[in-house]
Amino acid sequence: MSEDIIRAEGLTKVFDHNLVAVDNINFSVKHGEIFGFLGPNGAGKTTTINMLITVLKPTKGHAYILGYDIAKENMEVRNSIGVVPQEYTADEDLTGCENILLCADLYGIPREISQKRATELLDLVELTEFRDKRVETYSGGMRRRLELACGLINRPKLLFLDEPTLGLDVQTRAATWNYVKTLKKEFGMTLFLTTHYLEEADALCDRIAIIDHGKIIVVGTPTELKDSLGGDIINLSIQKDADITELVKRIPHVKEVTKENGSYLIKSENGEVTAPLIIEALRKQGQVVTKLSLAKPSLNEVYLQYTGKAMRDAADESGEAKFARRAMLRRAHS
Amino acid sequence: MSATNGVSKNKLHGLWALTNRELKKWYKAPVVFALTLIQPIIWLGLLGNALNLSSLISANEFALPVIDPPLNPQQLMQLGTYFSGLQNQIMQGTFGTTSYISFMAVGMIAFTALFTTMFSGMSVVWDRRLGFLNKVLSTPVSRAVIIVSKVLSATLRSMFQAAVILVIAIPFGFQVGASFTPLSILGVFAMLFLICMGLSSLFIAVNIRSTRVETPMAVMNLLNLPLTFASSAFFPIDKMPGWLQAVANVNPMSYTIDGMRQLLIFNTDYMKLAFDFAYVGIFAAILTTIGIVLSWRYLNK
Repeated sequence: MSEDIIRAEGLTKVFDHNLVAVDNINFSVKHGEIFGFLGPNGAGKTTTINMLITVLKPTKGHAYILGYDIAKENMEVRNSIGVVPQEYTADEDLTGCENILLCADLYGIPREISQKRATELLDLVELTEFRDKRVETYSGGMRRRLELACGLINRPKLLFLDEPTLGLDVQTRAATWNYVKTLKKEFGMTLFLTTHYLEEADALCDRIAIIDHGKIIVVGTPTELKDSLGGDIINLSIQKDADITELVKRIPHVKEVTKENGSYLIKSENGEVTAPLIIEALRKQGQVVTKLSLAKPSLNEVYLQYTGKAMRDAADESGEAKFARRAMLRRAHS
Repeated sequence: MSATNGVSKNKLHGLWALTNRELKKWYKAPVVFALTLIQPIIWLGLLGNALNLSSLISANEFALPVIDPPLNPQQLMQLGTYFSGLQNQIMQGTFGTTSYISFMAVGMIAFTALFTTMFSGMSVVWDRRLGFLNKVLSTPVSRAVIIVSKVLSATLRSMFQAAVILVIAIPFGFQVGASFTPLSILGVFAMLFLICMGLSSLFIAVNIRSTRVETPMAVMNLLNLPLTFASSAFFPIDKMPGWLQAVANVNPMSYTIDGMRQLLIFNTDYMKLAFDFAYVGIFAAILTTIGIVLSWRYLNK
C-alpha cells in the first residue's frame, strides 16, 4: 500500500465566470496523520474537500484517495471515507439514533450491524443518554458530536472534517479536539481537516498546509513552519540610548538584530538560553535592561510571513474583494 | 473500528431511507400531519359550499309568470316537476354529475397533488442550504436514488392525501358514478402516481440548482393557479372561453382529473379513460426522464 492516503496532483477547480477557487494544488497526506488545511474564509478549503469527497468534479488535475481516482472510482472513494461537514446536517425531526441509522442506510449497512455501531458511536461521543431525543433539542456541541458519529458509521479509514469547531464555545471546542485526537490515537484513523483557527491547527495537526486564494502557500509540521521563521523573538529595551546591535549579534544562537521604535527585536534559535546571556553581556557594558519579553513564533507569524498578511486580517478581510470572492464562491457552489 | 466497513453493493440502497426521511418529516410531526387532514375538510367545506353551483341553477325560487288563461292544477304540477328536474339536467349536462361537490372533490385531489409535488422542489432547496445534500453526495448512494427518493416521497404523500380527501368527501355528499367499483380506486392511485412522478421530477429539476427558498416559491406562485384553473379542476372545459379551452386541453392536469372522474363519478367512457391514461403517462414519462436526467447531470457536475 502506498504511504500516502491522499495524493493531489495539480488539483484545480474553476467555477463559472472564470472564478478559480482552487488553483493547481499539490499535496499528500500520509496514513495515520492529522493533516490540516489552514486558511481564511474563501481560501478554497471547502472546495478542495468537496473535490476530495467526490461532491465536486475537478476542472483539472487528479487526486487519489487510498489509491482510488476521485474522478473515475468515486464509489470506492465514498465507501472508504467519512465526512463531517461544517453545517449541522442532522435532521432535527429525527432522534440522534435515527440520524445515525439514516447515515448507515446511505452506506447500505445492514440494520443488525448499524444498530450495534450506532450504540457504540453514541457512547463514543457521549450521547447515549440523548439517543432517543429529537435533534431539535440538542445543543450546538451535541449536534457537532452527532455529526462526528454519523461520519464514523462506515468505519472510514479517512475522515474529513470541515471546520469542525466552527461556532463552538471554548469548552466544546476543546472536547471536540479530544475526540479528534482519540480517533487518531485509538483507531489509527487518518484525518483531514480544514480550519481558520490557528490554535486549532497548532493543537491538532501533524502537518499543515496554508492555503490562500486557492493556492497552497506552504506545507509542513507546525514546528517546521515556526522554525522556518528563524526562531524565538526577544523584545528588549535598555535604559541608555546606545547601539548594542553588534554586541548582541556576537551572543550564541542570535540570528538577527533589528532596532525598531527604540527597542530591539532579536531573533534567536533558542530564546531561553540567549536571553540571560544578553542581560549579562549588557550588564558588563554598564547597560540596564528596562524591558525584556520572549515570544515563541506562532502560526500567525508563519501566516504573516508566507502570505504577507496576518491571519486575522485575512479572515476579517471584509474588504470588497474578499466579500465578492466569497459571494461568488457561494453562487458558484449553488 | 478497523474491520470491514460492511457497505452494500446494492445500487438502490438508501432509496427507502431517504424516502422515509421525507415522509417522517410529515407523519412524525403531529401538527403538520393534522393540517394535512384538516386542509381537505376546510377546502371541501368552504369551497364546496361557497361554490355550490347547483344552488345557483335551482328553479325552486322562480316565481311563475302569470299565464292567461291560467294553468289547471295538473298542468301546474307538471311544470313544477319539470323545473325541479331542470337543475339536475343542467348539472348533469354541464358537469357530468348532479353533485358539484363530487365534481370538485376530484379536482381537489389533483389540486392537492400539485401542491404536494411543488413542495418536493422546496425540500431539495432546504437540503442544499443545510448541507444535507452534500453529505448524501459524499456517500455511496446513487445520484439517481437521491432524486427518485424525493419524487417517491411526494408521490406517496399525494396518494395518501387523495385517500383522505375521498373519505372526507363522503359526508359532504360525494356520490360515486354508476360504473364505480373498488378497482376504480386503484385506477385513481395509478393516475395520481403518474402525474406526481412527472410534476415532482420537473419541480426538483427546476429547484435543485437553487439555494434560495424564494425560487421554488416563485415557481409555485407562477404555476399553481394557471395549472389549476386552466384545467377542469373546478369548471368544465367546454364551458370555458375558446382561448382558455386551448390551454386547458394541453394541460396534463385536465387529463388527470378527467381520468379520475371517469373512474369515480362518471359513467366510465373507456375510450376517454384510455386516452387520459396515455396522455398523462406520456407526460409523466417525458417529464420524469427530463427531470431525473437534468438533476442527475447537475449532481454529477
